[in-house]
Amino acid sequence: MSDLVIESGRIERQYWRDLWRYRELFFFFTWRDLLVRYKQTVVGVSWSLIRPLLTMVVLTIVFGKLGKMPAGKVPYPLLVFCGMLPWQFFAAAISECGNSLVMNSNMISKVYFPRLVITVSSVMTTLVDFSISAIFLAALMIYFRYPAHVTMLALPFYITLMIAASFGVGLWIAALMVQYRDFRFIVPFVVQFGLYISPVGFQTGVIPMRYRLLYSLNPMVGIIDGFRWCILGSESRVYLPGVAISLVEVVVFVASGIWYFRRTERIFADVI
Amino acid sequence: MKRLHTSRASQISKVEGSESAISIEKLSKLYFIGQNRAKGDGLRHVVEKALRSPFAWLQSKWKEKPAEDVEFWALKGVSIEIKKGEVVGIIGRNGAGKSTLLKILSRITLPTEGKVSIDGRIASLLEVGTGFHPELTGRENVFLNGAILGMPRAEILRKFDEIVEFSEIGQFLDTPVKHYSSGMYVRLAFAVAAHLDPDILICDEVLAVGDAAFQKKCLAKIKGFAESGKTVLFVSHNPETVRSLCPRSIWLKDGHVQKDGSTEEVLDGYLDSVARGTSFSWENADYGLSIPKVILRNSDGEDTSRFYPGEDLVVDVFYEAKQRIEKPILAIGVLGVSGSCFTSNMLLDGNSPGYIEGVGKISCTFKSIPLLPQNYTVKLVIRASTVTDLIVPYEEVGSFTVVGDLAEYGFTGDYLQYASRSTPVMVPYEWSLPDGRIIPVALNRVETPSPQ
Repeated sequence: MSDLVIESGRIERQYWRDLWRYRELFFFFTWRDLLVRYKQTVVGVSWSLIRPLLTMVVLTIVFGKLGKMPAGKVPYPLLVFCGMLPWQFFAAAISECGNSLVMNSNMISKVYFPRLVITVSSVMTTLVDFSISAIFLAALMIYFRYPAHVTMLALPFYITLMIAASFGVGLWIAALMVQYRDFRFIVPFVVQFGLYISPVGFQTGVIPMRYRLLYSLNPMVGIIDGFRWCILGSESRVYLPGVAISLVEVVVFVASGIWYFRRTERIFADVI
Repeated sequence: MKRLHTSRASQISKVEGSESAISIEKLSKLYFIGQNRAKGDGLRHVVEKALRSPFAWLQSKWKEKPAEDVEFWALKGVSIEIKKGEVVGIIGRNGAGKSTLLKILSRITLPTEGKVSIDGRIASLLEVGTGFHPELTGRENVFLNGAILGMPRAEILRKFDEIVEFSEIGQFLDTPVKHYSSGMYVRLAFAVAAHLDPDILICDEVLAVGDAAFQKKCLAKIKGFAESGKTVLFVSHNPETVRSLCPRSIWLKDGHVQKDGSTEEVLDGYLDSVARGTSFSWENADYGLSIPKVILRNSDGEDTSRFYPGEDLVVDVFYEAKQRIEKPILAIGVLGVSGSCFTSNMLLDGNSPGYIEGVGKISCTFKSIPLLPQNYTVKLVIRASTVTDLIVPYEEVGSFTVVGDLAEYGFTGDYLQYASRSTPVMVPYEWSLPDGRIIPVALNRVETPSPQ
């Protein structure tokens, strides 16, 4: 009777049990990343505020003032920030998650633990920044005297969707990055590009209705729209087919991401 | 020494009849060299093939055979059975498959073929301080490293004081480890690892670092671990450490088990093979000189690779000079772990054979070599009379091991097992102590060695 059997090509049944056994490691990695992140910086944690704040200002000027995009009764900075909240999380999470394995390659080649831990932790780390931004958004709403809406109750759904989307895409990138470092260049490009093609600086409403379905193929469209709707209330309409597409895409990404990750995990240490 | 032998004997008897802790059956691991990837790589192949197929005909015209990855079996058909409570050393040269075996046992990588069954909680230390973050303090790293090694937080908390005490870090506990000396770093890292409480411990060369006193402490810890009936798999390049720790050893060579048995037996074969491994020959067409072989002999004239401290070392350089070479200048160097030990050098002593032509031999005898038991290499350089022109560049021509138990030379220090990492050359010296005693020390045998 053996506790552990190592065999080639065998799908380890104890993997999920191991994941549970190493559950504390999720928090340790997150804790480490947070501790390390702002060491030897002058303004420290303020960086998680400065970045979104400046991006908001720039996007407000570009889309609101120069582009004269419609905003209804909503102050334009608020409109932008509602879009930035999920987008920045997504962008940071897929970059961090994608790089996480390669960044920890030393550990991967020297000690065993379910590699999924690293990727999940990196998403968890990003969630902390998200929380800080969310508090900032609350402050922004108070500043603009914008009332909270009952639609906010749907926010947990969209937050879950956002996390799942980031995790699913992040998993794919992380696993691919181990073998193809090309993704180190692809990811920043996608993030930069995505900021403009996703409805961050503008509302989805400016997209002509006949292109809506096509536009909604970007999974972040449904999520960002959802966020706006939750926070800004009826001022922003939710395009339901878009949300449905996002939902389906997210489920596919997460399921296939875990599948691909698990499939390639066994060779990480050999190729990293 | 005696105490050690009895404890070994008791260990062996304890082992017999007990059940298996690690059972390795026909284990193989295949790597592809060149592309640096293992089996099962699909995506890029798919993309590559899709892109290439339109030009496949073109390619087939230009290239006879597409450059395929070279297969490399890091392990091939390895079967090992380790019983509960056994302490087993694994030795072998670089690339023999030691690391691959450990990586498979630690579940870092999967085997290509074969099966391993492990019974018990396993902890592997392929490196000390895995996951240490330089920016974090010693305290923070203890928790992080502990967690990575699979220790629950509650357990780390409980053992924290013990770990800190063992590491001798003291006041630097809250300093980022990037400011630590390498010794402190290793001490802290090993302290965490030492407080894991597995049934099976796998360790790789972790003792290769740190100062002698701490190394002794680490070794004692591993020894204590072994004596408490746990299973230990110990991988090392250092035969002396294996000898002092493991009753049984396995010698891996080119991915298979070359020998498996008592450490004495296995090490004998291993050390011989290491020393004989380099068969040197050299040819210089410009000067028409070839060195078909270089032979090392001892005081008795035997062709050997094992020497005792204080023996003579004879280096025979055989040559075939197709044309006359005027005033060649030879130098022979003996190198140890920390670099050159000593040389014989015609550039300095001004000697020369005058000329060499035809077949012959030049020998150099190093008288009563003052070397500690370690591994050494011999290098040879032959210069033309112009000095700048090298007929034979500074090449490794052979290697040998100095063996012997320093206790037989009257050495009684507590750290004898670290002689293999000490400065290799030891000339006779004497201590003049305050109480008037004058104590000479030399690598002279004080009693006849026990026949082996």
